[in-house]
Amino acid sequence: MRRFINRHPDAAIRLLLILLPFVLVIAAYAVASSARLAANPDDKLLPSWTQMQQAVDRMAFTPDRRSGEYLMWKDTAASLTRLGLGIGIATVLGGLLGILQGLIPYARALLSNFTGIVAMIPPLAVLPILFIMFGLGEVSKVVLIIVGILPFIIRDIAQRTGEIPREQLIKAQTLGASTWQITHRIVVPQMLPRLIDSVRLSLGAAWLFLISAEAIAAEAGLGYRIFLMRRYLSMDVILPYVAWITFLAFALDFALRLLQRWAFRWMYRGEGR
Amino acid sequence: MKFSRFTAVLLAGFAMVSAFGASAEAAPKKDFKIAWSIYAGWMPWGWASDSGLVKKWADKYGITIDVVQFNDYIESINQYTAGAFDGVTATNMDTLAIPSVGGVDTTALIIGDYSNGNDAVILKDKKILAEIKGQKVNLVELSVSHYLLARGLETVGLSEKDISVINTSDADMVAAYKTPQVTAVVTWNPLVAEILAEPSATKVFDSSQIPGEIQDMLVVNTDTLKANPDLGKALAGIWYDTMKVMSSSTPEGKAAREAMGKAAGTDLAGYEAQLATTKMFYTAKEAVAFTTSGQLPTITDSVRNFLFAHGLLGDNAKSPDVVGIEFADGRVLGDKSKVKFRFTDTYMKMAADGTL
Repeated sequence: MRRFINRHPDAAIRLLLILLPFVLVIAAYAVASSARLAANPDDKLLPSWTQMQQAVDRMAFTPDRRSGEYLMWKDTAASLTRLGLGIGIATVLGGLLGILQGLIPYARALLSNFTGIVAMIPPLAVLPILFIMFGLGEVSKVVLIIVGILPFIIRDIAQRTGEIPREQLIKAQTLGASTWQITHRIVVPQMLPRLIDSVRLSLGAAWLFLISAEAIAAEAGLGYRIFLMRRYLSMDVILPYVAWITFLAFALDFALRLLQRWAFRWMYRGEGR
Repeated sequence: MKFSRFTAVLLAGFAMVSAFGASAEAAPKKDFKIAWSIYAGWMPWGWASDSGLVKKWADKYGITIDVVQFNDYIESINQYTAGAFDGVTATNMDTLAIPSVGGVDTTALIIGDYSNGNDAVILKDKKILAEIKGQKVNLVELSVSHYLLARGLETVGLSEKDISVINTSDADMVAAYKTPQVTAVVTWNPLVAEILAEPSATKVFDSSQIPGEIQDMLVVNTDTLKANPDLGKALAGIWYDTMKVMSSSTPEGKAAREAMGKAAGTDLAGYEAQLATTKMFYTAKEAVAFTTSGQLPTITDSVRNFLFAHGLLGDNAKSPDVVGIEFADGRVLGDKSKVKFRFTDTYMKMAADGTL
């Protein structure tokens, strides 16, 4: 008898199952929204598709009445700049320090306990200190993202470096390689794709810290707009923004995965595809 | 076959969701929920609940009133607007902009006080308001602080175009002030007091210069109130009993103020300092006089124009008249067919006349 764990849905059923949760959520929303709007046509909590579409039209495709800017693009540009800088700097630093910590015993003695402990500090709890050190401007927002994800990247890369088979390092040494040569010929090439994995896993946290930073003090940004609009329960703007953030996060993750496949094809050789 | 099963699941899902939505309506309402948040003028609600006054008045009218404290003011208004509460403590401006614009017909049952210096514009190393020109100003955007700033700028012939606004969370305002880039803030007490303790800080404008414009009220859902006038009577009874105790110089009054201060995270002296910049209407008579005064429509007009200029009366609003605002004498400002914000002295008057 075929056990349940060995049964696979055929293509059509599979597609249905994939779509089912999405359809259910959307249907539940539509029903609840129309029920609320029937009771109160000005209800703001669960806006209709038309209201959201109008909001998108207003935010993204109509210049703002007061500043003449396209707010949604301005917000997106501001947020992606902060996110890009934060993740970029954290990636470079995380890669360097992680490899150092994983490969060089002196660096490990110096750093590993420190990063291990710093990683446990919730960055949002020490926010006032970050403000006083870095001001309320762009720097503190980028720093918050870095502080939020850097310890994780360092620890992850240090651990991956430690997992490099000892034989490879010994073989390189018997061939006369110096520490520097071992680092940049053996360790770094193997760690680059791991670094992408690590960054992909940090993306969620990076978005979280970005939006928290924007909620606290900002003039533009996706998180700024959501928190400002929340003051007036403008869910017709907030929900499309949430969808847009979800899409951007998904796209970023997908782009990193493509980059990894394209740049480090050797990693996938074992899969036989 | 495959599809019919799929459709069945979908239909079941729909049925569950619609059953969920329909369960709200019910028989005559006896249980009511009021939300409040921490602010000098609203602390009496917490004390009234703890001291048993809420229960006493609710019992008198055969209802129950649940007084729930929120840590987040805006969240409490949003919850009220969404229908989870029957009443909430809010300012006149936020009531107009959130529930009323959101189509929830709302009545200002009690006007408890107005800010008389509790909200202030503070500059760093500058002494007069006009020097704010060209600066970045940290404040909670679209809040009463923003309104105060706009009113202040008018008095020195400036407008919002002359400054730039940085939306800053109230929780981080004090820390923000201590950073070198921040040179101007607008906020409310107790944050004002804390920031003014810094030697560099000067208060250049405050709400005592626009008296009566920032009102702190208890608002309730108009339909709920119409169907259950007893709720309004009980709430007015609770409030003015509390005011009587709170304003007295007896040990009992002092104990009440001390308890309110503690609940607000300060002590008796700190709370009395906040009350000094809050014009409390300790008697129902004063509140009635303010509610029926000719100045209220003028103030309300100024508030709605501010909201309109910032797009807070709805995005399709062509003029500030989109929402109707009714005053105690029945006069309506704005659209008469769409009155969503009502001032009334009915219940405060009952309290003043002792007919509750």
